[in-house]
Formats: sequence, structure tokens, C-alpha cells
Amino acid sequence: MEFNAPAGENLFDRSKVVGKSTRRIDGPLKVSGRAPYAAERHDVAANQAYGWIVGAGIAKGRIRSMNLDEARKAPGVIAIVAATEHNAVGSSDWNIAPLFGGRDIAHYHQAIAVVVAETFEQARAAAGLIRTSYDSADGRFDLETAKEKSKVGTGFSGDKSESTLGDFDSAYGSAAATVDATYTTPDESHAMMEPMASIAAWEGDRLTVWTSNQMIAWGKKALASILKIDEDKVRVDSPYIGGGFGGKLFVRADAVMAALGAKAAGRPVKVVMQRPLMFNNATHRHATIQRVRLGADQDGRITAIAHECWSGNLDGESGEDGTLQTPKLYTGANRLTRSFVAELDLPEGNAMRAPGEAVGHLALEVAMDELAEKLGMDPVELRVLNDAKDTVPADPDTKISDRNLVRCLREGAERFGWSKRNPQAGGNRRGRWLTGMGCAAGYRAGPTEKSAARVRMDADGGFTVETDMTDIGTGSYTIIAQTAAETMGVPLERVNVELGDSAFPASSGSGGQWGAASSTAGVYAACVNLRRAIGEKLGFDADAATFEDGKANLNGESWEIADAGALSADGEMTYGDFKDGYDVGTYAGHFAEVKVDAFTGETHITRMLSVCDAGRILNPLSARSQVIGAMVMSAGATLMEDLHVDKRFGFFANHDLAGYEVPVHADIPHQECVFLDTLDPIISPMKAKGVGELGICGPGAAVANAIYNATGIRVRDYPLTLDKYLDRLPAIA
Amino acid sequence: MPDDGYLNVSRRGVLAGGVGSAALAQASILRAQQPMPGSQSGNEGPSTMRIRMTVNGTPQEVDLDTRTTLLDTLREHLKLTGTKKGCDHGQCGACTVMVNGQRINSCLSLAVQHEGDEVTTIEGLGTPDDLHPMQDAFVEHDGYQCGYCTPGQICSAVAVLEEIRSGIPSHVTDDLTGPMRPTEMEMRERMSGNICRCGAYSNIAEAMAQVAEA
Ligand code: FES
Ligand code: FES
Repeated sequence: MEFNAPAGENLFDRSKVVGKSTRRIDGPLKVSGRAPYAAERHDVAANQAYGWIVGAGIAKGRIRSMNLDEARKAPGVIAIVAATEHNAVGSSDWNIAPLFGGRDIAHYHQAIAVVVAETFEQARAAAGLIRTSYDSADGRFDLETAKEKSKVGTGFSGDKSESTLGDFDSAYGSAAATVDATYTTPDESHAMMEPMASIAAWEGDRLTVWTSNQMIAWGKKALASILKIDEDKVRVDSPYIGGGFGGKLFVRADAVMAALGAKAAGRPVKVVMQRPLMFNNATHRHATIQRVRLGADQDGRITAIAHECWSGNLDGESGEDGTLQTPKLYTGANRLTRSFVAELDLPEGNAMRAPGEAVGHLALEVAMDELAEKLGMDPVELRVLNDAKDTVPADPDTKISDRNLVRCLREGAERFGWSKRNPQAGGNRRGRWLTGMGCAAGYRAGPTEKSAARVRMDADGGFTVETDMTDIGTGSYTIIAQTAAETMGVPLERVNVELGDSAFPASSGSGGQWGAASSTAGVYAACVNLRRAIGEKLGFDADAATFEDGKANLNGESWEIADAGALSADGEMTYGDFKDGYDVGTYAGHFAEVKVDAFTGETHITRMLSVCDAGRILNPLSARSQVIGAMVMSAGATLMEDLHVDKRFGFFANHDLAGYEVPVHADIPHQECVFLDTLDPIISPMKAKGVGELGICGPGAAVANAIYNATGIRVRDYPLTLDKYLDRLPAIA
Repeated sequence: MPDDGYLNVSRRGVLAGGVGSAALAQASILRAQQPMPGSQSGNEGPSTMRIRMTVNGTPQEVDLDTRTTLLDTLREHLKLTGTKKGCDHGQCGACTVMVNGQRINSCLSLAVQHEGDEVTTIEGLGTPDDLHPMQDAFVEHDGYQCGYCTPGQICSAVAVLEEIRSGIPSHVTDDLTGPMRPTEMEMRERMSGNICRCGAYSNIAEAMAQVAEA
């Protein structure tokens, strides 16, 4: 089915299941410990052995030798696959440095061996007996220096990140008020709670990998290309995923080393990447340096807007494009955005939740706060005044599909009590606390990808949906069941959902906040085909009928759909070119309140609110969780998250969950999230857009602006830890 | 000091428990040095021990490499995979279980330290068809996303409410002598060893509040 014109009125506009807050259908399994994650599939393959990955001890260079003798003799060892005895694996479209690269070392903790043993303890102990010596080479580990040689690169989308409109320089030069500020954001880690994990088993030349992966179809292709085997010979299965945030978009070393280990051992092998390896072996969000220049007239109308970003990566090509939201958010006739990428020899940077925008907002939305202050304007009013209306500010040929940013900001300000904010920064002191409020706007694209599914009706009228779509905590199981229940006109309890197996029809997968909109549209397409099959069997025109309470009704006649007997239909939703003329975005108004200890500088977030405009919300219960979860991660980026680069040796020094700090319970107050009841007819028949990344676009900037409002100190180097401003706190007495 | 004297009791309890477990650990080490009949020794193989413990009410007896953590005993040997491994280093709380009624990070504890102990895991709290009130509250309030930290959160949450009920103070307890209340801050402080990268904290707090008030 092709979606080739804006959606008109359809069955979702009269929905009974879709759009209603619904407990997750996989919830009881998860809370009772019965949902099996990748490393827990004891049942899928007998005689599993344990693999332990050895990571390189240098950042760049070549392995001179590996002494494997002692390890091979160690108790329980079955096989060792080592870089000195095994060729580098092939490459794929989804990773830069080889996941097992022979003697050449591309980054610190790159996999150089896997030790397979009877038990976990034996594999770990034997791995410790391997002695490796290296010829180290000099590497480039400092973005500030490497940036000099950077060139315009690409963000996650693969497009060159550069756009201009009008004449920025002269407009900026003649603006009544200007801001020229540079912000830095550090390397960040996904730090999902379930580490990379895979069980691999060979049957002849066929490989099955039970793993934890967001994008099953990509994973299958990547494994085939990395292992140089036929794609048809690979099966990937990933029904439960303990968080990904972009870190599990791609096949990584756990899957590859499990496959190599299993081949060498001649039996199934389970590999869980040890947590201390995750930060340097796996991918991370690249650090950025961002310069934002804003020029406005006296009334606050933006006349000039420039956003430049520098990041680095192994390939000097794909970076963290912090400018992504800037062409979309605010009007202004003269514009410039450019994202430069330098070559760095740090571990591979790649997509992390809202790649680009998440850190882009930390710069742009603070610069807007700085501009509001220069103009003596309220920061909400400045944003409202410069809101884009019908077309994309940097690309006037592209229409905006449906945008309610002003409502988000206004309604948020109202709910949050924004009028009580003291515009005088540092002017609010209550006892030991300096208090402040901040706001930010949020923009994140609402993309769709083609997505397929199969829907089966059993003889007794029960339904099963099968698709390789994944649920990374986003609630896919439930919204897919809701979609099928709605379209087939049956109660939710009649629908069973099976996900994550590459044997099922290929879906959009989970990433870039396209999953909810795309996968449900694919399930809808399959359901429409199943309705037609039922209609054909029972002799009615399914497209004209309404399906309700297990019956199909048309012109006063009624059919029990179960009477059609067992049937199955595949379907796929694809998207027509008409969408190219539109920018489909999601929007938010974010608000935060903080208190900063006047003595110690310690920041506590006391309130957070996000008002979101993302079309129809399929399941408000789980959508809200995605937003508040993203608000937590955004708060983390502002207050604490920071991979510290050891610039001598080229690695992230704080590579575990004690050193890499993420928000914990005590850091996060009660959070509010409000969804505007909107519908976007351009995105899909469901008129629903994703929210999982919108929630990380802006809340952190609102927190940063609140800290400024509380203290009067502007720190532009994230995270805003107290050592960066303690000496500048207002005098106590 | 109020008459119920819970501080005295709990301090004595803590001391007694401390001495007891030290003695047990000592005994375990001694036994570990004498290989079990049938177990390998020296370079030929790891030293193993037979461990007996009760898990979710069921007596278990397993021969284990003495390096095996309680967490891996549960996950790899007893195939109770509800208890999660997030870090294996005591940094995340995903592996939280209750041992003799107290929550611990099972990754930081060797199985040989638990001879004779009563272990309760997430599987022992409830089943999908018969959820513990805390499990049910997590579903109702959507106190999770990916679900990977969830068993640890739930075990901690159940234990935290019990700790507050028994008057064990925390870093944020204002009044050490008055009755202790399950305030939001008390719960957030005590839950801070359980990381949720999906950021379900606000919902978890609501789930806990509902159970605390019930
Ligand atoms: S696995 Fe035990 S604390 Fe993380
Ligand atoms: S639910 Fe995913 S880490 Fe807590």
C-alpha cells in the first residue's frame, strides 16, 4: 500500500483502541522477570559456551604479537579467535572501524580476540592470560586541535551538512542586537542498561544470532557482509531489548565475536560485552564545538542566524550535526548552517538519540535565551515572535506539514507558572537556594520508513501480528496490538504480537523516532489486506465495510469475521513522492525550574514540563514515558554526562557506570508531559508522529537557562558541573 | 529517643548480622580450600563447591566454580534470568535481589557466601498472572520502558518500603527520632542505586507511592 496523498478522514478518527492510554501488553512479562533478553535464551540452543571479548590496549597502531599459550592451556578453554591468527572481518554500511580488524588497531578497546570456554568464569580468567604487545602509532584525540583541518561533513542522514540563504554577514553586521557564542558538548555514551549481548549458533553454513538490536533488517545484512556469507543464511532474533538509544542500531562486536567464536568452538557461544568495554568498544555520541550567531532588530525579529558545528570521527566524514534544527525552528531571511567533521582516532562516533539535535538545542536554545536577555524580551515571547509559519525558514520551497509550536510554548508557560519567573538573573534567593526558571523550544523531524507486517487470523478469531519491528522500551508491542485491534475491529486481548525476528516481514525498525509511525502504518496495511481476504471469503466489499466487535457490517448486513476461518495476509506501507514537498516535524515547549545551592553550587532540578506536538498519540501512557525518559537523558547531558578523553592515550577514561554518571532517582523530580491533541495528515494514515527523540531536544537547554536565571552565570561548556561556576556564585551575604 | 528504640535494635541487628556473615564467609573460605570430592584442582580445573540455598522458597543445591557470583548462579545455573546483569560491578542495581529479607547487589556477592541463605528474586515476587502489588503498580504507572532495570527496581522498591517501615534512616532523613514516612525524597534517595537509563524515575516514584499508601 502506498501512502500517496494526505490522509483524509479514516477509521482512526473514530478510534476506540488507538489513542487510548493502554497498559503495555508485554508489561506483566517484564515486571515478573519473564521477558527473555538476548543473553537469557537458554532454551534456543543447547550446549552454549561462553565468550569473553578482549579489547585493544592502545588507540592506534598494530599488534606486534599475542601470546596465547597460557590462555589456551587454561581450564575450560575451548577456542580462542585472535587477531594475530585470523583475518580482519569484512565491513558493512553501518560501521566505520572493523568490528574485528586483524592486527591493525583503529581505536581503543577494539576487539582483538574472543576466548571461548565452558563457563563464564573460565573464559574471563583465560582472557586475562593473553599477553599482547603493540607498535603504537600517534593518534589525533583532541577535537579543538583537529578542528583546524576539518571539512564539511555529514550528519546521521548522510547528506552534506551545509545550507545558506540570503546574506548572513551583512545582515548580522547591521543587526540591532547580536549574540555570538560558542558552546561545547562532550562525548556521551548511550549507557543502555543491557550491555551488547549475542548468542550465535551455526547449523552448517546457516547462522542464527539471538541478540539485542534495534534494526533487524540492517543487522542481518550487516552480519552477512561482515562475515562474508549469504544474507539468506543469516537469521537475527531480538524480541526484547534492554535499551538502545541508537547504540544498538547496528551490529557490533558482540554479535561478530559470538559468530566467530561459535564457528571456532563448533558449538553455540554466548557473548555479553563486559560493561567496562562498552564505552570504548561500542559507539558514542561525538563531542561538539558549536558557534551560534544571532542578529535581531530592536523588536526581536531575527534577521540573521548562523550555526556552525565541529565534531570528529574516525572517517572524518560522519559527525554530530548540531545544526539540524536550526534551519527549521526560527524565521530569519539571512542564514548559514555548516557542520564540519575532523578526523579523530577516538572510538567510533555514531547515532545516539536524536543525533545532532539533542546537542544542537543545547547551543541554539541557550543562544536564544542570551538574545532575549540582550533585547530585554521574555524568552517565550522571543520564540513566539520568530516562529515559522507555513514554510521551512531556510528552505521556503518546502511546506510545513502541521506545526503548533506556539501552542506548546503558550500552554507550557501557562501551566508552568512562567509569569512568576523573575527576569533578573541571580535575583531569586530563598534561604540557601538560588532559584530559577528556563524554557526552550524543541524540534525533531518526524520521518517515516517503509514497513511491512503479516497478520494472521486463527480459526477461532484470534490474531497474531508478525513483523521484524523491535520494541526497545518504546512500547511497540502495545501500539501494534492497538493498531491491529482497531483495524480488525476486535478487542485488544485478541491480538498477539511477535516481534524482532528476521524471519518476519521487514519493518522500519526502531530509530530516529520513525518506529511508531512507520511500524503501525505497516501493520495497518497488512490488516487492510486481511480485511480484504476476509471480505472475499465471506462475499462482501471489505473496503466499504466497518469492522466492529468481531463483525463486519455493510448496508445493514453483518458477518462474523471468524467465519472466514484461518487466514493470513502480508502488507507493507510505502510512501509517495508527495511527501518530499513537506517538512514533517515534531515540536515542543520545554520548561524547567532549578534550585542552586548558594554555598556549594549544587544544582537540583525541582520541576520539568514538556508540552509536545507530535500528531496523534497512539498510546499516551507509553508515549509519555518516552518523553519523560528523554527529558531525564537531556537533563543528564546538561548536568553530568561526560566521557573524559585521555588525550595522551586516546580513550574514554571513565568507561564504566561508576565513572560515567547518568541521572539517578534522586536527580529527577516529578515530571510533567502534555500532548497537544493534533493530527498530521502528511505523515501516514495514522496521522501520528514519534516522540522518543523530541523529548531530548530542548529540556537540557531549559535546565541550562534555568541555572543561568538562578545564578546569573552563563556556562557554555557542558556538562554544567559546579566546578565551572563555583567561584563565580553571587556573594552569600 | 522514642520508646520503640528501633535504632538500638537495628544497630544490634546490624552488628550481629555483620559478625555472623563474617564468620560464615570465613567458613566458606576454609571449605573452599578443601576441594570437594570429584572436583578438579590446581591447573586442571577450577575449585568448585557445592552450595545449598533456598531460592524463591525452593531448596537448591549446585556445584559451582567458587568464583561464581550469586548473580551468575541465578542467571546461568538456575536459569532464573529475571535478575539482570547491567554492569557486574555494583554500579547499576539491575542485579538487586533479596537475601534473607535484605536487598543486595547480587553481582557483588559470591555464591559461596550464601550457603543456607534465603534468596528472593523477581520471579519469587509474582508471576505474570499473579503479580505482586509492586509489579502491578509498575505496569499501571508505566514505571519502565525497556524493562531491563525493572526487576532490580522492583526488588529495591519492595525492600525500600520495608526499610522505611522498620525505621532505618537514610541520607535525607530529617528527623532520626520521629516516625519515618515514605516521602517522595526518602524513596528517591533510597532508590538511587538503581539506574534506569530509560528514565522511568518519575513513574517509578508514583508506583511506589501507590503501594506505600495502600
Ligand atoms: S549488575 Fe550488579 S550492580 Fe550492576
Ligand atoms: S526501563 Fe530501561 S533502563 Fe529502566
